[in-house]
Amino acid sequence: MGSKINIKNLNFFYGADQALFDISLKIPERQVMAFIGPSGCGKSTFLRVLNRMNDTIPIAKVSGTVKIDGKDIYAPKTDVVALRRKVGMVFQKSNPFPKTIFENVAYGIRINRMHKDKTDLEERVEKALKDSALWDEVKDRLNTSAFGLSGGQQQRLCIARALAVQPEVILMDEPASALDPIATQKIEELVVELKEHYTIAIVTHNMQQAARVSDRTAFFMLGKLIEVNPTERMFTHPDEKLTEDYITGRFG
Amino acid sequence: MSKTGTIGDSVFRTILIIFAATILVIVAAMIAMMVQNSIPTIREFGFGFLTGSRWLPASDIYGALPFIYGTIVSSLIALILAVPLSLGIAIFLVEQAPARIARPIAFMVELLAAIPSVVYGLWGIFVLAPFIRVYLGPFLQNYFGFIPLFQGRLTGIGMLTGGIIMALMVTPIVTAVVRDVLEVVPTAQREAALALGATKWETTVIVLGNAASGIAGAVVLGLGRALGETMAVTMVIGNSPQISASLFEPAYTIASVLAANFAEATDKLYMSALIEMGLVLFLVTFIVNALAKLLVLRVAKRQTGH
Repeated sequence: MGSKINIKNLNFFYGADQALFDISLKIPERQVMAFIGPSGCGKSTFLRVLNRMNDTIPIAKVSGTVKIDGKDIYAPKTDVVALRRKVGMVFQKSNPFPKTIFENVAYGIRINRMHKDKTDLEERVEKALKDSALWDEVKDRLNTSAFGLSGGQQQRLCIARALAVQPEVILMDEPASALDPIATQKIEELVVELKEHYTIAIVTHNMQQAARVSDRTAFFMLGKLIEVNPTERMFTHPDEKLTEDYITGRFG
Repeated sequence: MSKTGTIGDSVFRTILIIFAATILVIVAAMIAMMVQNSIPTIREFGFGFLTGSRWLPASDIYGALPFIYGTIVSSLIALILAVPLSLGIAIFLVEQAPARIARPIAFMVELLAAIPSVVYGLWGIFVLAPFIRVYLGPFLQNYFGFIPLFQGRLTGIGMLTGGIIMALMVTPIVTAVVRDVLEVVPTAQREAALALGATKWETTVIVLGNAASGIAGAVVLGLGRALGETMAVTMVIGNSPQISASLFEPAYTIASVLAANFAEATDKLYMSALIEMGLVLFLVTFIVNALAKLLVLRVAKRQTGH
């Protein structure tokens, strides 16, 4: 399987503080790659490099190359809006818009003018909600406020909203950290289903979660990539002593 | 704990309660005084006081409609001009400007609020009025003269001038409140939009949607300010109790007529008429401000609620 994302010698700075050091990594297509590591290790920062969400921070600076489908996303003429459509993102805290369930999912379709007509729009919304395993729970109340949903439903709504614009890559930043175990399980099942069509990068502080959902795992510490390996190997025979110490709970 | 400490605290508490109660007593006393002193006109004219359009103190005829009309129309002009301007400034400050530019601009906007009303009035007489008479008025009459709003003679003093001065005076407060409500919109909302491929403009629309009721509150607060604005408006609005379709014609507001006529209102009925208008203005601004506070509060609550 080819690699969807290819990162070479990535350095990232917040002003004078370096947050990521010389990271080189490939993320294979249609797989789940998990990013683990102690708090502040740079895994979230790394994720936000991939859709240039860090652009909103004026003092942020990037060096090295990040190629998606062979194209450097930090090249000067990159269309960031198009990039973010292609690389969707689900955040740690669910952040639905103060709109109806339907309008939340329709939002990305509307702003990217993807639909032919009203029926097409409705079909796309339905598909996204089905793909995020939310349709059966909300189909009778599409026109009610998204804030009426439970935390887990809101997070799946945010996933539906991301899916609706037909991205190729989905970045998930601790998508289940604020949810109860049952809602978490639903999100995890969803992640495994989604990898059939999407390349997924998921940050998690929960190692069991990384073990359950991912094909490959990358371990970050203090801004450095310590190890990246197939998940099974990582959790049974890690190459690095540091990885083993972290996984077995000796620090973190 | 020593005993003196407890006594000290209860004395302290009592004093604070008295201070706080003072405010309630003052408000109650104001309302009572105004109601009592407006009894003569309420008896004489009843509801007709508010709908009567003739104001002839010499003949003891008092109709407040021209003043109510002047107050509402000049306030509306102020809002129509001030709201887009304030929104633009606030959006620029919160969503676009880097801190080193945002801070001085915010500071200047706040400074605008600190300029005394009478100075605005002077500026209105010596700068704005001639500008309207020589440039803006002829321009509007040339291109939009077919609309009754822009017909009539151009003196530079009148409803439009009053409204523009008011707009300048309410812009700082509306800007400040809108900026505050935009700032409490969670970053997560902006990032959610950006992550879906939203442009800066589309993201701003999402932010505005989050802040909608707070922005409404800011507008209503601006309305409250405009309704009560007195000095600067008195200096430029022309002070003539008439209802005219033309914005260039002189007009009169409730606040202005109160300020300008108290000294000569020796007659009991005349005084009563002025006080009843004061009561009307008081109640309207009271309700408007309460509504504004409520709307702004709702945004703050919702943003911290989830």
